Amino acid sequence: MRTLKFLLRKEFLQIFRNKLILRMIFALPVIQLILLPYAATYEMKNITLSVVDHDHSEYSRKLINKFTSSGYFILTDYSATYNQALDQVENDKADLIVEIPKGFEPDLSRQNETIIFLAANAISGQTAGLAVAYANTIIKDFNNDVRTEWIPQSQLNTIPVIEITNSNWFNPLMNYKDFIVPGVLALLVTLVGFILSSLNIVKEKEIGTIEQINVSPIKKYQFILSKLIPFWILGLVVMTIGFVISFIVYGIYPEGSFWVIYLFAGIYLIALLGFGLLTSIYADTQQQAMFIAYFFMLVFILLGGLFSPTENMPDWARYLTYINPVSYLIEVMRMLVLKGSSFWDLRFHFLVIIGFTIVFNGLAIFNYKKTV
Amino acid sequence: MKAVELENIFKSYPIKKTSVQVVDDVSFSVDDGELFGLIGPDGAGKTSIFRILTTLLLADKGNAKVLGYDVVKDWKSIRNIIGYMPGRFSLYQDLTVEENLEFFATIFNTTIRENYKLVEDIYKQLEPFKTRRAGKLSGGMKQKLALSCALIHKPKVLFLDEPTTGVDPVSRKEFWEMLKRLKSQGITILVSTPYMDEAKLCDRIALIQNGKILKIDTPQNIMDSFDKNLFAVRSENMFKLLNDLRTFNNTESCFAFGEFHHLTLKDNDINISDLEKYIAQSGHLNATIKIIKPEIEDCFMQLMK
Repeated sequence: MRTLKFLLRKEFLQIFRNKLILRMIFALPVIQLILLPYAATYEMKNITLSVVDHDHSEYSRKLINKFTSSGYFILTDYSATYNQALDQVENDKADLIVEIPKGFEPDLSRQNETIIFLAANAISGQTAGLAVAYANTIIKDFNNDVRTEWIPQSQLNTIPVIEITNSNWFNPLMNYKDFIVPGVLALLVTLVGFILSSLNIVKEKEIGTIEQINVSPIKKYQFILSKLIPFWILGLVVMTIGFVISFIVYGIYPEGSFWVIYLFAGIYLIALLGFGLLTSIYADTQQQAMFIAYFFMLVFILLGGLFSPTENMPDWARYLTYINPVSYLIEVMRMLVLKGSSFWDLRFHFLVIIGFTIVFNGLAIFNYKKTV
Repeated sequence: MKAVELENIFKSYPIKKTSVQVVDDVSFSVDDGELFGLIGPDGAGKTSIFRILTTLLLADKGNAKVLGYDVVKDWKSIRNIIGYMPGRFSLYQDLTVEENLEFFATIFNTTIRENYKLVEDIYKQLEPFKTRRAGKLSGGMKQKLALSCALIHKPKVLFLDEPTTGVDPVSRKEFWEMLKRLKSQGITILVSTPYMDEAKLCDRIALIQNGKILKIDTPQNIMDSFDKNLFAVRSENMFKLLNDLRTFNNTESCFAFGEFHHLTLKDNDINISDLEKYIAQSGHLNATIKIIKPEIEDCFMQLMK
């Protein structure tokens, strides 16, 4: 125990002396939490719109007004022909073309039917899909307005209409920030637990101090513990800072119990530290370790459901997310922060993460040889 | 009991498809309280021998013992009683002098105060800088700190792998004086060095090359065993002289040694005047020739062939 105490003291001395890393540990959550949720948003605003109006009627003007007042579209172009509008799309000046046919108003009032043509730039599939979906809603809305205008009040009740209303549970306003902030918190914990710990051990190898440690009577478990404990603590500290920032900046306060959050993050960190240790066994220089860590981080994040929901992924990718520890933390964070899940709701996640802990640490300890 | 014993140690490293024999049938022993030197050029296998003895590396074949403990079976006991100073400076650069020493004391379950007497001489010189980070010390200071750290747990056997490589001549001299003092305190010291001039400061030396031991004896005996006349020759054109001497049909070997070329002849009966004649014939001016006593380096060169 005494040896471990001194080993830990040495680790903390070194961490606190490394001013750059220390600053990064504190700057990282602040900057990531403030920047990322604002920058990475799913809501499409500022979709550029090109209108080809062949009708020039009262109704067509109303429809265009409805588009521009929705807040999603910016009318950037008014073309005379469809081909001109297409040029705008080709020049990246318009995302969506709305073509209103000649006789739009007369057809609508006399034949009760007309056609509007929508064309979206599908270079970005997501933008195109959303633009068309928004446009559909707006046109449907316009359609309803027209109907209410025509049908006399007395007759309104006789026509059966299914009206759809929805409510978004756990995030009533569909606030994207509420969705991304818990994910970013998960990312921060991972960064500290995985990258910093693996780099730290490799540094001992690179400088050669591990030789001195290896000829000493220090036991394997003491050395490993002295490397893991500081980053376990740091990871939880960073998470705490993250929670404080998300409360101050976004007013996000976890619905669930802090005990469950810290318990899960604590176990999760042990798993990730084991993975960091495993990385450090195979890397001889910090450069190698950094590159390995970067590779895994990228895969972890992309397949972690931070930005795109894992449910949208193709089957093979979804199976990969099952072996991605980060996806579990992101999910648990969301469930705890937004939904207020209890320990019992998360029992499956706890079991999986304990499994990861055993596998990663088992492999690391098995592979770590004291004789270099 | 011998402090260190090696019996027929072999070690090879695979390089691509072949393997390189870095330690080739090495056997020697070091007596208790001896200052023993492993002398050889870079790549001779000195570090591998050290790493085998300090339980950091497993030999392919052979037995090695440190104070009677087997390096494979009793590695735990060995780690408690040896001090090892690797060739590369490997202390924590971001910790101060004092913190480093304290750290290495505590991991061996001791304190600075307990063994202060042992390191006092060395550490006294470092004390003015004790709050300085180890990475910011000069080369000589770093070596002194490394030695202090290797000594702080009062080891019975000290392994120093090229402790003076890259250190200035004054610090080197000081360093060897420190080793003499440590020896007088009964610590067995195994030291390796590529510098032949340091060999004379050891009690006994092993000359080693390409993983093979060429000779083991006291420095004096090794120098005495040099059985040829050794000539030191110089002239105004040293480069031409070297070539001329090497083409001389009676030359056994000729090497550049600072201001002189050291020359041995196949026939020991040839005297200075014969040599002078040859050199004058080759057109050298102001040539000086004298018979000198061989140094370790001369012996090494002779053994190397």
